[in-house]
Amino acid sequence: MSKTLKTAALLSAVATAVTLTAHQAAAQEKEKCFGVAMAGQNDCAAGPGTTCAGTSKVDYQGNAWSLVDAGTCMEIELPAMADGSERMGSLEALERDLPTM
Amino acid sequence: MPSVTTLPARPGVGYKPQHYSEILSDAGPVGWLEIHAENYMGDGGRPLAQLRALAERFAISVHGVGLSIGGEGRLDPEHLARLKHLVGWLTPASFSEHLAWSTHDSAFLNDLLPLPYTNTTLARVVAHIDEVQDTLGRTMLLENPSSYLAFAESTWDEPDFLREIARRTGCGLLLDVNNVFVSATNLGFTPQAYIDSFALEQVGEIHLGGHDEDEDDHGAPLLIDSHGREVADPVWALLDHTLARSGPKPVLIEWDTDVPAWPVLAEEARRAEEALARLAVAA
Amino acid sequence: MSQHAFHHALLDAAQPIPEGLTDGAGRPAGRRYAVYRNNVAVSLTEALAAGFPGCAALLGEANTNRIAGRFLRQHPPASPLMIHWGAAFPAFLDGLDGLDRLPFLSDVARLELALRRAYHAADATPIAPDALLSIPEDRLGLARLRLAPSVQLVKSRWPVAEIRAFALGLGPAPTGGAQEIAVLRPDYDPEPHVLPPQGHAFLAALRANMPPGAAVTQCGPGFDPAPCLALLLGHGAITEILS
Repeated sequence: MSKTLKTAALLSAVATAVTLTAHQAAAQEKEKCFGVAMAGQNDCAAGPGTTCAGTSKVDYQGNAWSLVDAGTCMEIELPAMADGSERMGSLEALERDLPTM
Repeated sequence: MPSVTTLPARPGVGYKPQHYSEILSDAGPVGWLEIHAENYMGDGGRPLAQLRALAERFAISVHGVGLSIGGEGRLDPEHLARLKHLVGWLTPASFSEHLAWSTHDSAFLNDLLPLPYTNTTLARVVAHIDEVQDTLGRTMLLENPSSYLAFAESTWDEPDFLREIARRTGCGLLLDVNNVFVSATNLGFTPQAYIDSFALEQVGEIHLGGHDEDEDDHGAPLLIDSHGREVADPVWALLDHTLARSGPKPVLIEWDTDVPAWPVLAEEARRAEEALARLAVAA
Repeated sequence: MSQHAFHHALLDAAQPIPEGLTDGAGRPAGRRYAVYRNNVAVSLTEALAAGFPGCAALLGEANTNRIAGRFLRQHPPASPLMIHWGAAFPAFLDGLDGLDRLPFLSDVARLELALRRAYHAADATPIAPDALLSIPEDRLGLARLRLAPSVQLVKSRWPVAEIRAFALGLGPAPTGGAQEIAVLRPDYDPEPHVLPPQGHAFLAALRANMPPGAAVTQCGPGFDPAPCLALLLGHGAITEILS
């Protein structure tokens, strides 16, 4: 592709992008307030904060690792991958993969 | 002697982001807010935007939980620089930290760990507070911890230890009345006697918070400073005992875990306001 | 007693409780020391779950606690800024046995880390979308676009944004495949956006200060930058045009 053609393509892409943006902006209900997080997921984005409190909860673990209580894992059935990779990722019945304690 | 704080002698609360809108629309009896320094050391975003907005309306107390002032190692120069930056742009009414350590070999343990009250510890804490105050260009308040155990090697009792730190460094003190009650129960001393021997003239701020009840190996009560419920009645009584001797002080409600809806926290602040009002009537 | 000795037994319950610690009557401290063990381990466990809520939801509470217990001992925070703790978590998950059925878990962690970084990133004023049109035609290929500090990029073999949303009860069951994602933060709320194929490479090139023309070229023939540019412009993610 010649340089002129490339520039022309880029120019057209930019013009398209700006037009698309105008549509997006019109469609979006912009939330400008910084006080309140958007519902749901963004409350999670803050991550952990600090505390200067103690806890009366107990850490039962020494230094051991094993997956327990596999039933608490969420089950998700994933469709075949779009990229053609093998179907993976079913979260059912973790029991059979559990290492023994 | 100049006052050790510019916080108003009114109730304050530990700020939680979920209360942002309600605090701005109706703070009730709450006259000032406390934030944990470390949560406002990010580069930007909502936390700093909220803090800037709150600081326009309320006196702010910056309460550090990560400086490890009692640590054996040197103070983390990067963390000190971050603190200097925060205190520099925010110019809060107060800066406070804990008589505790929390970092060892560069691992931050996210808890306020206890110190033996010895001359060695005293010299180290004094040197660290000198460094903090020199760096920040202002005096700080140092808070008494909640104790779950004692060190056999301690040679000072806690009120005297804190008084001596304040005398040598010129720092003020933050008196956590719930911590006094927790420590007194856990270690078997009288909380009123602790208050009576405390350097109340150095106190720039009072903390109150809720605690949980557990027990030790011998079945003795072991209180945990959980900040997860209402302030206990005997702690309110100890606040009255304290205020009667100290005069009016800024009183903060700390509620850090299982944080309740705003009206519940505001009600705790209202009880603190009543305690301060009783004092005014008695005077 | 040294803090080293106090610390040594703090994260390893198999270690004996340090000597020289007592109750108020001078008896050995016993489980009073365990209060500190619990404070450290439980507070860090709760911090990890707060930072990786999608991972925690996928694992369930019991497994989250056990994984966190191991992670916090291997990778304790290196600074008091808990808002940043957990950068090592995705790679740590990749190294754990027993998670074969959650092959996407570490990518969910990467996405959650990206969301958190975006949340705490520096603020920046975006350019007006039509400012791009004002670049002279002959300069367009060489201009550089500065992206907002909050822009984060994630690439996964899995529909990781959908998996996370589903795990948190925020979206339907995943239906897609591999995803290239840009986390954008107009104002203060970071959100994941699925990019077209090669979008990750295009944005990574822009972020590395490559001129848009070259960035398009390296994405291969047929790559159309318009949707990516529109996404950036529409979410305030371009902050400066450097010519």
